[in-house]
Amino acid sequence: MSTENSSAPVVGTSHVKRGMAEMLKGGVIMDVVTPEQAKIAEDAGAVAVMALERVPADIRAQGGVARMSDPDMIAGIIDAVSIPVMAKARIGHFVEAQVLEALGVDYIDESEVLTPADYTHHIDKWAFTTPFVCGATNLGEALRRITEGAAMIRSKGEAGTGDVSNATTHMRTLRAEIARLTSMSHDELYVAAKELQAPYELVKEVAEAGRLPVVLFTAGGIATPADAAMMMQLGAEGVFVGSGIFKSGDPAARAAAIVKATTFYDDPAVLAQVSRGLGEAMVGINVDEVPVAHRLQDRGW
Amino acid sequence: MRPTIGVLALQGDVPEHVRALESAGASVVRVRRARELDGVDGLVLPGGESTTMSRLLDVFELREPLLARLREGMPAYGSCAGMILLADRVLDGAAGQLGLGGIDMTVRRNAFGRQVDSFETALDVQGVAGGPVPATFIRAPWVEEVGEGVEVLATVGSGPATGRIVAVAQGPLMATSFHPEITGDDRVHAHFIRLVSKER
Repeated sequence: MSTENSSAPVVGTSHVKRGMAEMLKGGVIMDVVTPEQAKIAEDAGAVAVMALERVPADIRAQGGVARMSDPDMIAGIIDAVSIPVMAKARIGHFVEAQVLEALGVDYIDESEVLTPADYTHHIDKWAFTTPFVCGATNLGEALRRITEGAAMIRSKGEAGTGDVSNATTHMRTLRAEIARLTSMSHDELYVAAKELQAPYELVKEVAEAGRLPVVLFTAGGIATPADAAMMMQLGAEGVFVGSGIFKSGDPAARAAAIVKATTFYDDPAVLAQVSRGLGEAMVGINVDEVPVAHRLQDRGW
Repeated sequence: MRPTIGVLALQGDVPEHVRALESAGASVVRVRRARELDGVDGLVLPGGESTTMSRLLDVFELREPLLARLREGMPAYGSCAGMILLADRVLDGAAGQLGLGGIDMTVRRNAFGRQVDSFETALDVQGVAGGPVPATFIRAPWVEEVGEGVEVLATVGSGPATGRIVAVAQGPLMATSFHPEITGDDRVHAHFIRLVSKER
């Protein structure tokens, strides 16, 4: 065996950042606010947990400025589980992101669920070794986030509502816009890049591949196994569940059922079986009843 | 005839393994149900979360049929989480985490550290010709120790983990700590396909 012919290790490369998201595919990432919830999520088969202080439903109910979580709480969750731990930073708050990187979180979500810290700029995500996931409602937004260094994209949906309709819209929009690019001629792609407010090279890459160059998950309003499976059938590569689990009647059972539904998203017999005996789903609010000013999906530019 | 290779598709980077195997010349099927194991000549256990996969193996009653095939000598290759599943002994696993075993080795989960410590490099892998193989390590395990029948195929060549074992083979089974499937270099998969063809 020879070892002399090998190159020095490099951290924080695109392969390493985007690759981390590849490993999460087909899985469910669950919002948790305590180490105990993190353990329940891990036992249920979550591929990662999102550590935050309040789930979106509570942020919505309680109002006020929502910020990065208490570092002690994040550290407690990191110690409690062996699966990856993600945490949220406010849009544009690069110092919260620096703190999360120093804490050793595995992925940073620059999230519209928290109150934005900058109404013009997002975080320069290339400056970090820790990879970032960002929300998007359409292709232009997704490509701008990727240009800024995001290594994973998720639909925004409307967090904390338990209403899946906006996640559906965002997933369908992304899919349709990508499909449209694939049918364009070379000269049309220049115009598309201008309209999408994204670099031509990236637009061309998406047009050729017929997909984003990073993993695409769904988020925002997923509350049942059927919600998760629908998003997977619409092209999501995995699922974030926020308030839907720990705001429901039987979190452990619901978490396990959503994990199973994500693996067998295309098998109605399995979906029917795992959807039984779960108790109450989160009550939820219809997105239409949320005043426009309180809609989280409009945060981010 | 081209061998048919299954990719365990409960969770993880399944499409990347499918692509690598197809481009290296295999027919590929995704395996989520016991019956889907029937026609495969070999199986790939992908990268992903070993705790999740291990749980789903039980939930969907795949563990016993899979163990039966492994006992019959079905070749298998595991990358990262797949390596953990193929290890006889796992350190730092989640409580109650159960693998499949098969390779006489002790594997330490997340041995290189958290995601900020994930890295890429290139390694010489024994049996894989054509120079060093690009290797991406993501919250990767390493092999702490191996039994007598296990062949060490690669070790880390530089950096803080120099000398750590990151690729092994034992009979029809092989495992890597790293993810050749996400680099676009399919030589490790071609090596596995040769192993499968030899066993048929």
